[in-house]
Amino acid sequence: MKLHLTTLTAVLALGTSVAFAEEVRVYNWSDYIDEELLSKFEEETGITLIYDVFDSNEVLETKMLAGGSGYDVVVPTADFLQRQITAGAFQKLDKSQLANHNNMWDVIENRTAQYDEGNAYSINYMWGTTGLGLNVKKVKEVLGEDAPINSLELILQPENMEKLAKCGVYFLDAPTEIIPLTLKYLGENPDSNDPEVIAKAEGPLMAVRPYITKFHSSEYINALANGEICVAVGWSGDVLQARDRAAEADNGVEIAYNAFTEGSLMWFDQMAIPIDAPNPKGAHVFLNFIMDAQNMAAASNYVYFANGNKASQEFLEEDVIGDTAIYPDEETVKNLYTKSPYPSKVQRVVTRLWTKVKSGT
Amino acid sequence: MRRFFLIAVPFVWLLVLFLVPFLIVLKISLSDAALARPPYTPHFEWAEGIWAFFSQLDFENFVFLTSDSLYWKAYLSSLQIAVISTFLTLLIGYPIAYGMARAPEEWRPTLMMLVILPFWTSFLIRVYAWMGILSKEGLLNQFLLWSGIINEPLVILNTNTAVYIGIVYTYLPFMILPIYAALDRMDGSLIEAAEDLGCSRLTAFWLVTVPLSRNGIIAGCFLVFIPAMGEFVIPSLLGGSRTLMIGKVLWEEFFSNRDWPVASAVAVVLLLILIVPIMLFQRNQQKQAEAEQ
Repeated sequence: MKLHLTTLTAVLALGTSVAFAEEVRVYNWSDYIDEELLSKFEEETGITLIYDVFDSNEVLETKMLAGGSGYDVVVPTADFLQRQITAGAFQKLDKSQLANHNNMWDVIENRTAQYDEGNAYSINYMWGTTGLGLNVKKVKEVLGEDAPINSLELILQPENMEKLAKCGVYFLDAPTEIIPLTLKYLGENPDSNDPEVIAKAEGPLMAVRPYITKFHSSEYINALANGEICVAVGWSGDVLQARDRAAEADNGVEIAYNAFTEGSLMWFDQMAIPIDAPNPKGAHVFLNFIMDAQNMAAASNYVYFANGNKASQEFLEEDVIGDTAIYPDEETVKNLYTKSPYPSKVQRVVTRLWTKVKSGT
Repeated sequence: MRRFFLIAVPFVWLLVLFLVPFLIVLKISLSDAALARPPYTPHFEWAEGIWAFFSQLDFENFVFLTSDSLYWKAYLSSLQIAVISTFLTLLIGYPIAYGMARAPEEWRPTLMMLVILPFWTSFLIRVYAWMGILSKEGLLNQFLLWSGIINEPLVILNTNTAVYIGIVYTYLPFMILPIYAALDRMDGSLIEAAEDLGCSRLTAFWLVTVPLSRNGIIAGCFLVFIPAMGEFVIPSLLGGSRTLMIGKVLWEEFFSNRDWPVASAVAVVLLLILIVPIMLFQRNQQKQAEAEQ
């Protein structure tokens, strides 16, 4: 938000002098880029960059489906992207304008092709896993030394959660993340679109519901860093950002990220160009800029998420490329699973279940 | 001719800003959801003639609202929150308005300014400020812990209590201003007359002041009740996940389910619920205007 305001003021200030400067409008997740890259883009290309942020796929999707969002580049997660492609929300990329496209990593491209056939509409920006953000010291104080700090049992067994409630637990407010992991815990197929299977997630979630402090998809970064909570179900890089903020604040809070040994959800955030983008040419320039090996490496070094750019890996810092929480080892990768989008009738079942879990109604 | 233009202005205003948007929402509420841009398929075309239009009307989205207890529970819970916060606002707002109206003449503009002053800051920032005050590590808890009144921090943020605080705080000026206007116009000699005739100060207040400020009270209550009923921002920022309000349900339908038709049906029903108090309010205003002539 701060970033958004500063760029906005900068743009307003610029706007008076160069009223007809070319603009690119980018809509990305909050806390998801090194701000220096934004000014670097403006310096290199002379294009004015307007950078806005969101923290939920639902908000982005509604803008895409309504049309006329005015954005040139948006960053939906792959399962949402797939549905929006079907709805006709995006335009095909013109690869001839993307000279850096050969930097992309085939391992990730093969996986994202499940959502976007031939990667025709999108490029991968970041990918990661959904797991546990932990204040390990506090968790062990509450649950003892042998606390299951890398297992779904930590957050889905009521007896663990009852004790953890004292120090605070946040869950992502994202049914498309929490329901698959609950199904995984039950030994069901996490990618199931069968309403009867999905309904099974209700029991365990309702049982731990009284001990969940809050459902939120971005506040947990600060809450973990401040020591306000001891467990968050969150996205890998966000937890690692919390770890760094706590270290910077030097407040004695130590945060760690663990994927689930039972298997974690793997997700991909994809950059795409809306069908009605005002400046598709500028959008391609932005995508090409992001795909530059050094720029992409700078972004990953800053936000602690892995990227889908093979060439960037030589510029990654050791605490990024060498950290298995960010770039998991072979063994963990095998254990990761992905989620395809819910059909709309099933989506209603999922949302209704989620409302029930959150509000008890 | 001049008279015609004078009447036409408010009518055009209502037509463009109320009737047309309402008809669009109504049209979407009678459509089917679809994976498209925009995400619904119209159920009927205006062009096919009036009979085709009526025979195609499909109320399945409204029927759907009755099939799940979530919706009426959310309407009821919103109603409860709106009624209680209107009452609390009146309880706090009346004494403030009374004090302002009884204050020395030269103070009144300053007091009035103080009531309006919060509007100079964005509503969103003021609600965020409450998050800072009410949170576990917030100012209120720090003060109470420091002064020794409590030993454990109170959990206020993310509960219904925080929602009530937010609504009462935000809408208080809308209660104070009409009541103040009514009390300010009141003839002070009426109280003297009541006291001369043997009323105690309290009885005079109940028998003279309160009835004379009735219109202000009614106006204030409607100005608080109507927006509080559909409130979305305050419960989503200050409320917990257990705070069930229709504004939030509408958001979920619109954003999570991508079901614009059902979301529109929820909005149409909300409007029907609100139209009753709005019409009562209008009638009250009209009667007041007539009484003054």
